[in-house]
Amino acid sequence: MSTATKQIEELANTEYKYGFVTDVEQDIVPVGLDEDVVRLISSKKGEPQWMLDWRLKAFRAWLKIEEPHWQNVKYEPIDYQGVSYYAAPSEKKKLNSLDEVDPEIRATFDKLGIPLEEQKLLSNVAVDAVFDSVSVATTFRGKLAELGIIFCSFSEAVKDHPDLVKQYVGSVVPHTDNYFAALNSAVFSDGSFVYIPKGVRCPMELSTYFRINAKNTGQFERTLIIADEGSTVSYLEGCTAPMRDENQLHAAVVELVAHKDATIKYSTVQNWYPGDKNGKGGIYNFVTKRGICKGDRSKITWTQVETGSAVTWKYPSCILQGNDSIGEFYSVAVTNNYQQADTGTKMIHLGKNTRSTIVSKGISAGRGQNTYRGAVKIGKNATNARNYSQCDSLLIGDRCGAHTFPYLEIKNTTAKVEHEASTSKIGEDQIFYCESRGIAKEDAINMIVSGFCKEVFRELPMEFAVEAQKLLGISLEGSVG
Amino acid sequence: MEALVQAPPAWVKERRESAAKQFAAVGFPTTRDEDWRFTNVKPIAEANWPLARGGFKQAEALVASVNVPGAVRLVIVNGEFAAGLSDLSALPKGLRIASLRDRARDATDGIETHLGKVFNLATHPFAALNTSLLDDGVAIMVTKGAIVETPIHIVIVTGGDRPVVAHPRVLIVAGENSQVRVAQTFIGAQGSAYFNNAVAEVVVGPSALVQLYTDQRESDRAFHIANIQAHVETKGVFESHAFSTGARIMRHDIGIGLKGEGADCTMNGVYLADGERLMDTHTSLDHAVPHCTSHEIYKGILAGKSKAVFNGRIIVQLDAQKTDAKQTNRALLLSDDATINSNPQLEIFADDVKCTHGAAVGQLDEEALFYLQARGLTRADARDMLLHAFAGEVIAGLQIPALREQIETNFFARLRQDTGGHAPQDVEGR
Repeated sequence: MSTATKQIEELANTEYKYGFVTDVEQDIVPVGLDEDVVRLISSKKGEPQWMLDWRLKAFRAWLKIEEPHWQNVKYEPIDYQGVSYYAAPSEKKKLNSLDEVDPEIRATFDKLGIPLEEQKLLSNVAVDAVFDSVSVATTFRGKLAELGIIFCSFSEAVKDHPDLVKQYVGSVVPHTDNYFAALNSAVFSDGSFVYIPKGVRCPMELSTYFRINAKNTGQFERTLIIADEGSTVSYLEGCTAPMRDENQLHAAVVELVAHKDATIKYSTVQNWYPGDKNGKGGIYNFVTKRGICKGDRSKITWTQVETGSAVTWKYPSCILQGNDSIGEFYSVAVTNNYQQADTGTKMIHLGKNTRSTIVSKGISAGRGQNTYRGAVKIGKNATNARNYSQCDSLLIGDRCGAHTFPYLEIKNTTAKVEHEASTSKIGEDQIFYCESRGIAKEDAINMIVSGFCKEVFRELPMEFAVEAQKLLGISLEGSVG
Repeated sequence: MEALVQAPPAWVKERRESAAKQFAAVGFPTTRDEDWRFTNVKPIAEANWPLARGGFKQAEALVASVNVPGAVRLVIVNGEFAAGLSDLSALPKGLRIASLRDRARDATDGIETHLGKVFNLATHPFAALNTSLLDDGVAIMVTKGAIVETPIHIVIVTGGDRPVVAHPRVLIVAGENSQVRVAQTFIGAQGSAYFNNAVAEVVVGPSALVQLYTDQRESDRAFHIANIQAHVETKGVFESHAFSTGARIMRHDIGIGLKGEGADCTMNGVYLADGERLMDTHTSLDHAVPHCTSHEIYKGILAGKSKAVFNGRIIVQLDAQKTDAKQTNRALLLSDDATINSNPQLEIFADDVKCTHGAAVGQLDEEALFYLQARGLTRADARDMLLHAFAGEVIAGLQIPALREQIETNFFARLRQDTGGHAPQDVEGR
C-alpha cells in the first residue's frame, strides 16, 4: 500500500503536460465589453451589416438576462468587463500551403502531437485548426469542395455563404437562449462552418482543434453544421490549453441541423487546463450545444469525453422534431482535484416514433464534483416516443461527489421512458483480482475505468477513442488508491 | 377561541415568532424556486382565506366514514384537537397522548425538546407558516421500551361553510426500543374548498420502530400541503407510506434524516391523479452517517388532465460510508392530457456506497393486456387487474388490516370512477 501511495503522490505531482505558451504577436481588443467592442469585433472581421445587427441584438438581449446560478457548481464571480473579447494571430494573410503557417504556431501543434502534414498524409482527416480564434490552416478543402461540401471557418462562411449563415445561425440556439449563448452571439470570434449537400456522405472525419492561447482572452467559438437531406457527416472537436493562473472563460455555441434522412455525429474530447491540484486556475467551460433533427428519420449523435476544465457547464441536446428521428448522447466526464462538472443532455421529443438514448458515465476523484443533469421531454404529439437513460457514477476517493439530477417530463401515454442510475466505487476485490495476476494497481484501475467507459468509447471515431483513453489515464493519474 | 385567549408558554411564542420571520423572509414560493418549479401555489397565496375556528357540522360523519375499529382515534378538526370526537378507550400502556395546546405548558414530557426542532424551516416555507401559527395538534409520546400493538389513527378533518385555512400539527416521539404504528387520514367534506397546511414531526429513538401511514383523501377542491419530517437515531427504523387520492393541489414534502448508524427507513407512496389536479411529491433522504439503509418506491397513476411531480432526493453526506440507498419511481399515464415530471436526484459525497435510482414512465404493457385478454378477460377487466397489481405493491405494505382495506376500497373506487371502466385505448379503437 505504501509504495502505491508513493507512486500515487508522484503521479499526482505530475504537471499538466500541455502547459506552455506560444509567443505569437496577438491582435487584442481592449478589455471590457460594450456595444463599441461588438462593433469593433465585427469590423475587424469585415462582417456585413446583417451580421453586426444580429450581434448587437444578442448583446442587448445579454444585458437583460441574468447569469444562471442553478447549476451545481461553485466558482468565483466572473468579471465580464475584465476580459478581452477578441484575439487573433496577427499574421492573417491568405495561406496557400502549410509552409506559410507561422512556424511558432506550427511548433505548438507539433507539441500537441497534431502534425498537420502528417495528418494530411496518413490519417485522411481534414483539419480546420483554430488557433485561438482565427483559422490558420484549412486542409483537404479541395477534395471536399469536389463533393460540394463546405468546410470553412465561420468568418469565411459569413463572407462566402451569407444565405446559408443567415438562414441557420441562431435557428437552433436563439440569441436569447441563455446568458452564455447570448454573450457568445454578441462577441463570437470564429469557429467552424460545415454544409453537407443533399445525398452526400462526407468521405472523411472533419476535425477542428481548439486551443486557447492569449492570456486573459475569452474564447467564443461558434460552430454551425448543416446536413442536408440524406447526407452524413462525422465531426470531431478536441482541445488542449496552456497552463494559466487566472480562470479563463470559454462560452461556445454549437448548432447542428439535420434534415430528412441526414445523420450528424459530433464527437468532442475536451482536455482544457483543469487548474492545479489545489484548484487554482483552470478554464470555465460554459457551452451551449444543441442539434435539431428537423426532418424525418434524421439522427444526431453527441459523444463527449470531458476530462479538462475547472468548471464545466454543458448540455449537448437534441430536438427530435422529425418523425422517426433519433437522438443519442454518450458522455464520459472526469473530475479530479477540485474540478467541477455539471453536464448532461436534453432530449426533446416532438415527432412521432422518436427515439433517444442517453449513456452518461461520471468519474469523480480527489475533490472533484461531478453532476449529471439531463432532461427528457416527451411532447403531447410524440406518439411512441422511446427513451432510455443510464447514468453511472464511479467514485475514487472519499472526498469527491457524484450527483444525478434527471428531469423527466412526459405528456403522452404511449411514451416509454426509463432512467437508471447507479453509483459505486472501484471494488477492492476487482483490484485485488488484477493485482494477484501481476497487474500493477495503477494499471488495474485504468483497466477498470476503461471498462466502465467502454460503452461511450466505442461510439467515438477510432483516432479519438485512442486519444480519449490516454487522456482518461492521465486525468486520473495520482487520484487513485 | 377560549384557548387562544390563554397565553401560550414563552418557548411556543419564541418558536412562532422565529418561524414567522423565516416565512416573511421567503414568502410563498414561486415557480422560480427550483423546488417549486412545476407547482404553482399562486391559487393558495391568492385565496387569502380566514384561519379556521372551531368545528363544523359534517365533521362527525366524516370521522365515522374512516373509522378504524380497535384503534386509538385522535381527531383534529380545523387544526384543533377535538376531544369529543376522539376515542381513547383503547389507549395502551406506555403511550402518552395529549393535545399540544394542553401539554405545551408541561415541560416535563419532551414536547418542548422536539416541537419545531425536527425541521429546517428555512427550506420549508409552508412548515414555517404552520409553525408561525402554532396553536394546537396532537403529540404522541411513546415511552422507552413500550411495544404499542394498538394502532393509533389520527383523523384530520378540515372544512366549514366557507373556505378556511387550517394548520394541523402532529408530533410523534418514540423512545428507545419502543414500537408504534400511526396512521393519519386527511379528509374534508367532498366539494368544499379549504387549505390544509399540515406538519408532522417524527423522532425515532435508538432501536425504535415507527410506521407512519398517510391517507390523503381531501376534498377535490381543497389545497393540501403536508410536511412530514423524521429523524431516525441509531438502529432506529422508520417507515412512511403515503396514499393520495384527493385535493386540487397537493404537495407532500417528506424528509427523513438518518442521524444514527444502522438506521433504516422505508419511504413508499402511491398516488392517483385525475381531473385537472396537481399532485406533487418531494421526498428527501439524508444519509448523514455511515451504515444506514433506505428503500423508496413511489408510484403514480395519472388520468384526465392531471399533472404530477415527483422529486426524490437522496443525499449521502461526506463519510457516510456503506450507505445502501435504493429509489424507484414509476408512473402510469392513462391519458394523453396528463403530464408527469419525474426528477430523481442523487447527491453523493462518499465513495463506499451503493446508491441506485430508477424512474420509468409509460403506459400499461400492451403484451400483458393481450395475455390477459387471450385468457378470456375483457380489456377493461385486464386493465383493472394490471392497475391493481401496480398500486397493490405499495398498498400491500400497510400493516393495519382494517386501514388497508379502507384505503384499497377508496383507491380503486376512485380509479374506476376516473376511467369509467373502459380504457382510453379502446376509445382510439385499437
